[in-house]
Amino acid sequence: MLILKCPYCGVMADETELSPGGEAHLTRHGPGSDDTEFEAYLFMRENPRGVHFERWRHAHGCGKWFHAARCTQTLEVFGTYSAQTTRPPQDLLDTISEKRPGWRWRDLA
Amino acid sequence: MSDALLPLGGAAFEGIVTIRETGPQGMIQLRGDLSDPGLAAAVEQASGAAMPAPLGAHVTGPRGLLWMSPDELMVLVPYADAARTVAELGRALGDRHALVADVSDARAHFTVEGAHLRDVLAKLTPADMRREALAPGTLRRTRLAQVAAGLWLRDPLTAQVFCFRSVAGYMFDLLSAAASEGSEVFHHRA
Amino acid sequence: MSTRLATGGRLTDRSDRLEFTFNGKRLTGFAGDTLASALLANDQMLVGRSFKYHRPRGVVASGAEEPNALVNLGTGDRVEPNQRATTTELFHGLSATSQNHWPSLEHDIGALNGLVAPVLTAGFYYKMFIHPRPFWKHIYEPFIRQSAGLGRAPDPEARDPDTYEHVHAHVDVLVLGGGVAGLQAAHAAGAAGAQVLLLEQSPHLGGRAPVDGGTIDGQDPEAWVEATVAALKAMDNVDIRTRTMGAGIYDHGYVLGYERLNDHAPWLAGPRHRLWRIRAGQVVTATGAIERPLSFAGNDVPGVMLASAMRDYLVNYGVAAGDRTVVVTNNDDAYRTAIILKQAGLDVPAILDAREYGGGALAAEARALGIRVEQGRAIAKVQGGKRVTGVAICAQAGAGGLLEEIPCDAVAMSGGWSPVVHLWSHCGGKLLWDDAQAMFRPDPDRAPTGADGAPMLRVAGAANGFLRLGDTLRDAEAQGREAAAALGFTPGAGAAPAAEATEEAPLAPVWLMPQGARDDLRKKAWLDYQNDVKVSDVQLAAQEGFESVEHTKRYTTLGMATDQGKLSNINGLATLSRALGEEIPQVGTTTFRPPYTPISMGAIAGEAKGKLFQPIRKTPLHDWHEAHGAHWEPVGQWRRPYAYPQPGESVHDAVMREVTATRTGLGLLDASTLGKILVKGPDAGRFMDMMYTNMMSTLKPGRCRYGLMCSENGFLIDDGVVARIDDQTFLCHTTTGGADRIHAHMEEWLQTEWWDWQVYTANLTEQYAQIAVVGPKARAVLDKLGGMDLSAEALPFMGWAEGTLGGLPARVFRISFSGELSFEVAVPAHRGRALWERLHEAGAEFGATPYGTEALHIMRAEKGFIMIGDETDGTVIPQDLGLHWAISKKKDDYLGKRAQARSHMTDPDRWQLVGLETLEGGVLPDGAYAVAPGRNANGQRNTQGRVTSSYHSPTLGRGIAMGLVHKGPERMGEEIAFAMEDGETMMRARIVSPVFFDPDGEKQNV
Repeated sequence: MLILKCPYCGVMADETELSPGGEAHLTRHGPGSDDTEFEAYLFMRENPRGVHFERWRHAHGCGKWFHAARCTQTLEVFGTYSAQTTRPPQDLLDTISEKRPGWRWRDLA
Repeated sequence: MSDALLPLGGAAFEGIVTIRETGPQGMIQLRGDLSDPGLAAAVEQASGAAMPAPLGAHVTGPRGLLWMSPDELMVLVPYADAARTVAELGRALGDRHALVADVSDARAHFTVEGAHLRDVLAKLTPADMRREALAPGTLRRTRLAQVAAGLWLRDPLTAQVFCFRSVAGYMFDLLSAAASEGSEVFHHRA
Repeated sequence: MSTRLATGGRLTDRSDRLEFTFNGKRLTGFAGDTLASALLANDQMLVGRSFKYHRPRGVVASGAEEPNALVNLGTGDRVEPNQRATTTELFHGLSATSQNHWPSLEHDIGALNGLVAPVLTAGFYYKMFIHPRPFWKHIYEPFIRQSAGLGRAPDPEARDPDTYEHVHAHVDVLVLGGGVAGLQAAHAAGAAGAQVLLLEQSPHLGGRAPVDGGTIDGQDPEAWVEATVAALKAMDNVDIRTRTMGAGIYDHGYVLGYERLNDHAPWLAGPRHRLWRIRAGQVVTATGAIERPLSFAGNDVPGVMLASAMRDYLVNYGVAAGDRTVVVTNNDDAYRTAIILKQAGLDVPAILDAREYGGGALAAEARALGIRVEQGRAIAKVQGGKRVTGVAICAQAGAGGLLEEIPCDAVAMSGGWSPVVHLWSHCGGKLLWDDAQAMFRPDPDRAPTGADGAPMLRVAGAANGFLRLGDTLRDAEAQGREAAAALGFTPGAGAAPAAEATEEAPLAPVWLMPQGARDDLRKKAWLDYQNDVKVSDVQLAAQEGFESVEHTKRYTTLGMATDQGKLSNINGLATLSRALGEEIPQVGTTTFRPPYTPISMGAIAGEAKGKLFQPIRKTPLHDWHEAHGAHWEPVGQWRRPYAYPQPGESVHDAVMREVTATRTGLGLLDASTLGKILVKGPDAGRFMDMMYTNMMSTLKPGRCRYGLMCSENGFLIDDGVVARIDDQTFLCHTTTGGADRIHAHMEEWLQTEWWDWQVYTANLTEQYAQIAVVGPKARAVLDKLGGMDLSAEALPFMGWAEGTLGGLPARVFRISFSGELSFEVAVPAHRGRALWERLHEAGAEFGATPYGTEALHIMRAEKGFIMIGDETDGTVIPQDLGLHWAISKKKDDYLGKRAQARSHMTDPDRWQLVGLETLEGGVLPDGAYAVAPGRNANGQRNTQGRVTSSYHSPTLGRGIAMGLVHKGPERMGEEIAFAMEDGETMMRARIVSPVFFDPDGEKQNV
């Protein structure tokens, strides 16, 4: 049972106060995109053993969506951050590199 | 407005704490840029309360301000004043990008009173009910059992709980069950 | 025989005599007894039968690890199976019955299984019940089901009359276990300033120390415990809960505790059990250790007991398990039992020490008391059936050659101690094999980690492998301090108390007794008492190639009983590793999973039963509906009136009456459950164009438009009428079930994709009571209420207006889901009841009739309007439903547009919406499939369509339906056949337009 800090209101929220939103940082492909791009956007997902970036919503709370970086193996939480970004903040990436040298996730490392 | 009916008609229950349905309470939902001094001035004028910091609840009697989210406040006013206040707020905010809506009828309010209130609430919410986490003046939005709720302490022995109107009956039964005779926990300090 | 001694029993109160029954027999015990100690005090050695062979079983342990003494507790609605007598506190009027026997405990038919034991070996079920195949379903499975299970579940009609609850707690340091280690750890953490919660599963603090002796800070352990508990209770930051077990440890410091509030005193008010849902910064488990049995032939005969348990019964309850007790051991600790028995005036004919080198100081003490001590000796075999009559002695080094027989009525055995590592393992803590002590103990370098990646759990005392009193206390002090320090507290200058205990000689691992036991002895040497697994079964499994401990567990059922192998686990592993010729750590352990011991279903459910099972959402008019006989329909968590049958009227007839009354006069519907979401901002129009398939940005203020919403996959997810309030503001109506979901959907896109767009939303669903005023007399009744001009000119179809209606502030939407003249009136929710009653009052002359969801459905189906959830099922796109008119061709983009261009979505072979008219006027079953010629690859009949909505239309006097049919719109007039539930009978229907009634909309345009 996870506990995550909502970066918007600062509450340490219990998993039962949150709703999960799947993989983070997807790029929307709308009309005009080719089938491969659209398939990747709609269906293709990472399934890492280790570092992962996800979306969560503080549903039973301030209602805001946010991002979380955590380890799927140990459930260590590296950090939570704003939903209004297409890339995790650099200091968070540095923290992950320190704790998990050599990690990779999509084009991040 | 004598035809305004509370969801439960002012129900009450006496157990290890006292549960009482309160209201009607004027409530105005305001979404906007909370860092805008003009907006702050408008809501302070309307509520008579100071602009709260994140997770703050500044309430005196029927008036006050609840910090609901980084871009949302709940403005508390007497029920009869709600419509007028919505109009006043609209004028005061001018052409700022903001949403103001009268939601006085959308929620039910309860007071939970007594020395066991932290234990009673802790039976229903995963939120931290310790003194250091929930002092008077702090608002916590969470769930109570299976429904969304918000709560704050009016004073160390009185909590105010609100939820959506449709689940008022569930909430009252839930709080009453948690306050049932012989169910004292004696874990949280008042 | 087992009996109560004239004196003794530190936990019992001899002045308080309690009556109870066992299998209907009236017995007495004392306050402070457990059911097990009270049964033993009454010489009730035989307490149950084993699962497979129905062998006689007696009490073997004194705590949570007990595998045998499982009973049915209580009567009537309160009966509960598989309760451990060793942890059941006795109370006046307790009623228990034994399990797994027929016709009686003493004479059990199932014991015949024992006679065929040679064929009932490991894997018997797998080997036996495979052939012939057809036997499985009709013979084997019913037979196995009949004989499976230990206790009997309560009567299915019984309803648990007790109440249960949860409580959440947030603490700095959680200590699990209230023995001396737990108390010391709690003290260390508490003294450092941490907020501490300590849980102890039993009613008593102090654990084994008061029984096992020694001194702490020069005091008797009992006195030290008393003083320490008093010190802890005086600390404002420490909370101690007895009768509360640490049940499971999960991620991020989440721990479940199981508190039994009145199992020991059922007459007390309040909840029976409480489930603690704890978030701890650090957890210290001080769960002690469990003694292991020794594997010798007949080690399951009633009267054979763990040496520590026998000591507990004597010291704690003043109960002797026998008059003449032979002690058999591979370590010094069992000597304590012999000494205590002897000092209590009981006979100890011999101590059989399997170690050639014998024991230390305790052995000398035993000898000094005149007890015969034999070194290098073993039990070849226990004599007796339903109780011990003697033991046959042999050399431990041999194969079981008889040296001597000793008559006795009890055997105390000790195979060493296993730390209780269950909780450590629940969340991934790894174990080390400690060769010197022959035990698995926690590996501190591989601890469970928390949210920050640092260790969140520490183990203290015997659970950590420190069996000696002084070591235990030193370790506990250190773990408590470190737990507090890990959270930023500064431990003070305190130190562990000094403790003295007798020096002990090292243990020698004994996994089989005697070491080279013959086949016939191995077949009677039990590992798992409850599931009847013997040394020979595990050896057979190894021989048959089951090398993994997890496979062996499932093949033999070792450790799979309700005790989860607390006694059998290590002995089983050691037996397997020897059979495989490997070291114990290479074989490894099976996985420990929560809960530590079973917890009640009631505690898991907590308050969520009866009326609190799940929330029921009620509209402002709910009480009126209830008072007027509403037949309810659940819609999500809402309750909506399905119809309002009058006295003597069937529900169907009520529905028909409601439709007709609405179409001919005036119907009133509670539409409050419909979602109402406000969307506002400079970019609101742009946002609405993305949310809906239609062009919403061109909607004029004062006007309404029906809209469709799709997911990015292109599928239709919701529909409803949008009203434009002003230039920057839209009010979106959603389906009843859709309000929260669609509001969340809008917020998701605004927050995570278009965060630079200036739009705010608000879910106003519950602010309003909304009432649909429907039928030819709709305008007349509203005019009677007065206050707004609702004429066709002032408020045309698909317009809305705001004003005061009958004195209430109202918004009136002129929209229709029935094809009738229709107004939906929204007023503040607290005042909904007032509007509803005024409408009924004013509408009386027009025959105002409240109607429910079924009449609503029929009227919309007569008009061919789709319903989300009927015509859609998550795989349907708007194009399938002939809704092209509601999909903008001019927009570059909307959610779902790209997906609707995928080849499968544009396939001309998709099933499409049509109306279906039955040939004989009957009603098609909802969901029926239209059959097509031929069969598919699975031999199933091909299909060409299905019914999505079907009703009897009172307006048309016939069955009408809507359905999705292959190329349906091109096949108007064609007849197709639908299969009934039997798959054979067919009902024929003609494909027609889905609009059955008033296709030109003349009724609503007045």
